[in-house]
Amino acid sequence: MIAAIVPTPTWYLILAAMLFSIGVVGVLVRRNPLVLFMCIELMLNAVNLTFVATAKKLGDIGGQTTVFFVMVVAAAEVVVGLGIIVAILRRRPNATTDDLAELKG
Amino acid sequence: MELFVFIVAGAMVLGGAVGVILSKHPVHAALSLILTLFGVAVLFVAQQANFLAAVQVIVYAGAIVVLFLFVIMLLGVDNAENLRIEPFRIQRPLAAVVGAGIFGLVVAAIIVSREAETAVRGDGLEVTGADGAPLHDGNIKALARDLFSGHVLAFELTSVLLVIAVVGTVMLARKPRKGDFDGSAS
Repeated sequence: MIAAIVPTPTWYLILAAMLFSIGVVGVLVRRNPLVLFMCIELMLNAVNLTFVATAKKLGDIGGQTTVFFVMVVAAAEVVVGLGIIVAILRRRPNATTDDLAELKG
Repeated sequence: MELFVFIVAGAMVLGGAVGVILSKHPVHAALSLILTLFGVAVLFVAQQANFLAAVQVIVYAGAIVVLFLFVIMLLGVDNAENLRIEPFRIQRPLAAVVGAGIFGLVVAAIIVSREAETAVRGDGLEVTGADGAPLHDGNIKALARDLFSGHVLAFELTSVLLVIAVVGTVMLARKPRKGDFDGSAS
C-alpha cells in the first residue's frame, strides 16, 4: 500500500539538500546579479526547511524560532543588497557580475 | 495523504528552483522563485510549522519577491541574459561537479546521523490544553513562549537590524546632491 508510507524527516532533509545544491549551482553559473540573489534565497529556504524538519524530529520548538530569525535577517539582507544593486546598475546598465571587477587589486 | 502532499510540494520546490537557475529572463526567474517559496510553505504546514508557513507566504512571496520584481521593473525588463555566453570554459561543468559534491556530502551526513539522535526532547511543537489535546493555535503559542522567554534580547536586536537596514538602504538609493560628501556642513 503506497498511501500508507509516511515521509520521515530524512526525506525532508534530503529534499532540502537538493534545493541547497541547486542554489549553489545557480550562484556559480548565473551572471545576472539579481538572479544571483534569488539563488541565495533558494539556499536560505533550504536551510529553513532543514531547521523545521529537525524541529519536528526532535520535538523542539527552538528550530522554528531560529527559522523566524533567519527570515528577518534574509529580509534585511535582500533590502540592502537590492539597494546596492540598484546603485551599481543605475551607473552601469546591463552590468553582469563579470563586469563588476573594479575592486580587484 | 502525507506522501501525496510531500510529492506535490517537493515537485513544486525543485521545479521552481530549476526554473530560477535556467530561465533567461529575470522576471521568469522571480516567478519560479514564488513557486519554490509556496512549495516550502506547504512543506512547513506538513511539519506542524503553521505560523512559519504564514510568515513564509507573507514575507517571502509577499514582500521579497515583490521587491525583486520592483527592482527588475525599475532597471528595465527587456534585458534577457544570453545563457550561451560562457566566460570561462570549464565553469559550468565545474559548477555541476561542486553542486553534486555538496549534495553528496550533505546526504552522506544525513544518512550517517539518521540513527544517532532520535530522542524527542524539548516541550514539543504545540501547546496543549488542559485535557492534553493540542489547541488549534498551539503552534503559535509555543513559538511565542520560546521567542519571548528565551530569545528576548535577540528579538530586540532584530528590530535594531531592521532600522539599520532601512537607513542604509535610504542612504544607498538616494541620489547624492552637490556638496553632500565634501565634508562641509550644509
